[in-house]
Amino acid sequence: MKLFKTALKSLLGNGLKTWLTVFVLSVSFVLIIFMQGLLEGWSRQAVSDAIAWEIAGGQYWSEAYDPYDPFSLDSCARDIPDQLKPAAESGLLEAVLISQGTIYPQGRMQGVILKGIDPEQQIVKLPTRLLAGEGPEIPVIIGAQMAKQAHLKENDLVTLRWRDANGTFEAADLRVAGIFVTTVPTIDNGQIWLALDKLQSMMLRENQASILIASPDYKAQQLEGWLFKDVEKLSSNTIAMVKAKSMGMAIFYLIFLLLALLAIFDTQTLAIFRRQREIGTLVALGMTRKQVQWLFTLEGSLNALLAIALGCLYGIPLFIYLSMNGLSFPIDISEFGLPVSDVMYPYYSLKLIVGTIVFILLSTALVSYLPARQIARMNPTEAIRGKMH
Amino acid sequence: MIVEVKHLTKKFPVGKAYFTALKDLNLSFAEAEFTGLVGPSGSGKTTLLNIIGSLDVPSEGEVIVLGNSVGRLSPPEAALLRKQELGFIFQNYNLLPVYTVFENVEFPLLLLDMPARERKKRVLESLSWLGLSDKVNSRPAQLSGGECQRVAIARAMVKRPRLVLADEPTANLDSVNSHNILQAMLKLNQELKTSFIFATHDEKVIGYLKRIIQLEDGRVAEDRLV
Repeated sequence: MKLFKTALKSLLGNGLKTWLTVFVLSVSFVLIIFMQGLLEGWSRQAVSDAIAWEIAGGQYWSEAYDPYDPFSLDSCARDIPDQLKPAAESGLLEAVLISQGTIYPQGRMQGVILKGIDPEQQIVKLPTRLLAGEGPEIPVIIGAQMAKQAHLKENDLVTLRWRDANGTFEAADLRVAGIFVTTVPTIDNGQIWLALDKLQSMMLRENQASILIASPDYKAQQLEGWLFKDVEKLSSNTIAMVKAKSMGMAIFYLIFLLLALLAIFDTQTLAIFRRQREIGTLVALGMTRKQVQWLFTLEGSLNALLAIALGCLYGIPLFIYLSMNGLSFPIDISEFGLPVSDVMYPYYSLKLIVGTIVFILLSTALVSYLPARQIARMNPTEAIRGKMH
Repeated sequence: MIVEVKHLTKKFPVGKAYFTALKDLNLSFAEAEFTGLVGPSGSGKTTLLNIIGSLDVPSEGEVIVLGNSVGRLSPPEAALLRKQELGFIFQNYNLLPVYTVFENVEFPLLLLDMPARERKKRVLESLSWLGLSDKVNSRPAQLSGGECQRVAIARAMVKRPRLVLADEPTANLDSVNSHNILQAMLKLNQELKTSFIFATHDEKVIGYLKRIIQLEDGRVAEDRLV
């Protein structure tokens, strides 16, 4: 407490210089929490949207299914195993058949992924009810991004060509029964959703599926030929994507923090040479050089405490406002294939705030300690007279 | 004896060689002395004062201050000796610039973990002795040289040390202020029985001393009572 009061008094005694350093440090402190909160909010929103629209309670994948391998996509479908049929009939599992085709919107040619799903399904958020219905054209739903890419609107007709299980090319007209807006690019970009039984008959793959989406209430079991992927596994790609994007952003606030830490290091180094007479006097008054060293380290570290206090003054109202109202983006980022909604709600967890405080305190203490080590090597008799070089 | 100096030699490295600042010095100081180490620059006055003040250690020989052999003290033990028993007065006052007069004088008592009420009483008493009661809230930059040195004396005296070491205390002061300061120190020496050892070559100080130790080239040239 004695050292703390002394250090605080010396720090505040430096006046404007202290407050400028504290301000820069507080901005980097608020910026780190703001950016990390934004990324955490994005990550949470991306995972929760992916669960709502695509993952649900996990998925069974046919052993041969590889979403990144177009050569095996058509042949990976398997018969739905007997053990899973009761769950599929009760709505705990929803079969999805995945295949490929080509559409010809406005005379252009575009490769698409075809996904068949039960129109009555309740597990994912897709508006699959629109897939029900009879008519000369096959009703399909597409995502907003897909509609934009293919220049398709609701009720537009488009020709689809595909190759069935026997290798025969077929063609039919599709009618866009609905366009859904989602932040999950993996169910939108280049994808067309249609009724499962229709796709099975088109592909000559009756009773077959590539994946089965499980309801959150479903208890997974091990099955030969099928792999169960839980929510954590399936959302890892989304989290990894957000993390990869966040690395770029982290560079900006780390540069800012580095500037603030450099200012503290510089101030400390100068202070130790400028205040050597004071250091010598403190030793003469009865402090050990180690104590004086800690006093200067504490004095530098107090920059961080003041910065945290100052940062709280304007950071807390800002964070509360952003958490409640979200942050709108001026451009449509979803075009870049990122799972981002129009309004992003930052998420400021206790872990994030405490972690950032500890990080700033430790890094400030370190840059304060490094120059203060010089004090331990000082000769107090020379320091008293201010004769050190 | 409050201080005993036995065969003290102090050498400083200068390049590859050594400069001998004090050569086989033998001295002793009794309680309540008002003694001056007198001599030209480089005679070893400040070096001896620093060793007695446990800010430096002997190269050879022994210096015993209040029963503690300075060369054998660990840094925390030396700091404890300075904190509890010694007071320092410097040529340049060495006041802490961001502190007020009150806080500067209070600082040694803070290091002694003295309760706040007792601290306040002692600080005000010390400032009153030295005629600084109206400068309690001033900062060093707002004081004259004489006032600064009186604050430094108050700071040295506030913990009632047994020994005060003053290095050229009047070097930066005019004649009137020098006499005021010296009279204040003499009064403290007489009233509190505090021992004073000065390092000085100022004639004004020499006039007040009760014992003069003349140092020349690191040796005692003369040791006389006045």
